Amino acid sequence: MSLYFVQILNGLQYGLVVFLAASGLTLVFGVLGVINLSHGSFYMLGAYAALTLTSLFGDIFVALALGLPLAFLFGMAIEWLFIRHLYARDHLQQVLLTFALILIFNEVQQSVWGNNPLSIPTPPYLARSVMITGALGYPVYRIVLMAICVALALAMVFVIQKTRVGRLIRAAESNREMVEALGFDSRILFRLVFAAGVALAAAAGILAAPVESAYPGIGDRVLITSFVVVVIGGIGSIRGAFVGSLLIGLADAFGKVLVPQFSSVIIYALMALVLALRPAGLFGRA
Amino acid sequence: MAREPRLQKGSDMPITRRDVLRTGALGVAGLSMPFVRPSWAQSGPVKFGLLLPYSGTYAPLGEAVNRGLDLYLASKGGKLGGREITFAKVDDESAPPKATELTTKLIQGEKVDILFGTVHSGVAMAMVKIAREEGLPTIVPNAGADAITQAMCAENVFRTSFSNGQVGFATGQAMLAAGLKKVVTVAWKYAAGDESVAGFKRAFVKGGGEALKDIAVPFPDVEFQSALAEIASLKPDAVYVFFAGGGALKFIKDYAGAKLGIPLWGPGFLTDGVEKAAGEAGDGVKTVLHYVQSLDNPENKAFVEAFRGAYKAEPDVYAVHGWDAGQLIAVGLEAVGGDVSKRKELNAAMAKASFASPRGPFKLSSSHNPIQNFYLRELKGGVNQYLGVVAKELADETTGCKLA
Repeated sequence: MSLYFVQILNGLQYGLVVFLAASGLTLVFGVLGVINLSHGSFYMLGAYAALTLTSLFGDIFVALALGLPLAFLFGMAIEWLFIRHLYARDHLQQVLLTFALILIFNEVQQSVWGNNPLSIPTPPYLARSVMITGALGYPVYRIVLMAICVALALAMVFVIQKTRVGRLIRAAESNREMVEALGFDSRILFRLVFAAGVALAAAAGILAAPVESAYPGIGDRVLITSFVVVVIGGIGSIRGAFVGSLLIGLADAFGKVLVPQFSSVIIYALMALVLALRPAGLFGRA
Repeated sequence: MAREPRLQKGSDMPITRRDVLRTGALGVAGLSMPFVRPSWAQSGPVKFGLLLPYSGTYAPLGEAVNRGLDLYLASKGGKLGGREITFAKVDDESAPPKATELTTKLIQGEKVDILFGTVHSGVAMAMVKIAREEGLPTIVPNAGADAITQAMCAENVFRTSFSNGQVGFATGQAMLAAGLKKVVTVAWKYAAGDESVAGFKRAFVKGGGEALKDIAVPFPDVEFQSALAEIASLKPDAVYVFFAGGGALKFIKDYAGAKLGIPLWGPGFLTDGVEKAAGEAGDGVKTVLHYVQSLDNPENKAFVEAFRGAYKAEPDVYAVHGWDAGQLIAVGLEAVGGDVSKRKELNAAMAKASFASPRGPFKLSSSHNPIQNFYLRELKGGVNQYLGVVAKELADETTGCKLA
């Protein structure tokens, strides 16, 4: 029984990190209508930024505190330079440009940090384990990681449900033209939403760095998983992203244990199932 | 996507694909005839083609192999069989798709006399395939793919390192001898991992042990929590692990964090190169390999001292592979008096070679894989301690090799 308990924990932890990344993707897609293939690159850059920031300042939480505003500013710059030219264009051009960004960021990563897998230190006061079953210790950092992810998720729900910016985001999601017609400058709103998406991906990368370490191509897997989550949860739905992420996390954790030979396809099978039963996703608007 | 080759940080010898024409290295720095085609002039230099990873995850291994080879040549005054040596070096980037093109470039473009390569098994397989067709004397100084000295063996292809199954087999023997009965294996899901586990079972299961479960982790994932949870629930006597480099370090740390209290075993690649970084987490990890730096033999003492003197660094098993690649080709070149056109004689001499390696006595099996001793080591305080000999002069199987 304890194996299942531990795997639930593992699944939730993985799912929560995926949620941070996927919520950024679904937000950008839902509000801006842009397919952002470079989303995984922001996760990757977050992980490598964690490496540099922890080596300079010594703590993953300091890295997060510094990394989040940096990522936000970086996101605004990317939106201003590239993304804003895409709103009126079709999806093919969006895919082409954001794919080009992946190539550029990968090259930057290789020339700045090299190709070796690099590990990011866990803060010494969290580098312990607690015995969660009779036989297995669980790293404290992973538990803290889950708590932070939940806190960030709640903060996001609060912003979207309770604040003026959140209302605008929700309005823009359902009807962009109407929001503009009512006199709101969608350019600024879009820039903020894109930057928030980048910051979420980077936050996921920073927080997961001590657990996953940083290596080339780390963003690609996150991108693909995030797309699966967005498809399962329904495009543009934060709630869908949350449920989808946890489903993916648990399916992945139990797939590895129960059907190891199919563990790499299990999340895609789940996606196919959801697509067959609810083509718009669990929480999507058809 | 075409990636530009790039310089590796921390390498004192940054070499990229573009430097194919560049020659010279420590020990042969005095040489200055890089572009001479020597086959007609037996007095000119012999050209060694080096296909090694000088960038990427395996760059440190490629560099160690290269250093070992350079060091051996330097110890012979830069001459073998009465002839000087020049180099053509290519960075294989550990990228199998590029292997065919790069090998062809060395053979056709550079017209090298002897081929050396490489670390990544996939690249080595592609290289060996071409080398077999060309009949070029070829030495594999690291890659452990079983097939190189089994189904794909050839008269002109030699290995100075190990085969994956051979190291797994020796580790299995050591674990049996330690009285372990029930074991869970954990390995990356790719050829080297599969072969390592298969070799382990050939010794361990046939010897009466039980493999409770084989956990395969997708390559190069380093998320091990699920594997650890399974190990905790299966409660084996010990765990057999095949990882290397960054993945190995991560596993050792995560394993210690899980506080399982179950002994951790594996082929030596688990700890080599990460001894210091593992810190306390590595204490007590037992591994089996054909080398340990503290081996007490005159050849090893001389090798370790020379290596420290030349590079101000500690030698590892990969440097030994490079050093012995030098020893092996030296035997061949001496036998033909430096005449590399006598390939048949050169190959025959290398096949019969027998010399003292830093790892102990070295000779080749009928399929040209080393017959060598394997040693049990235990990591303690960041250093692998020598515990004893596991298997004396162990030869790998020669399944499918027509030379055998």
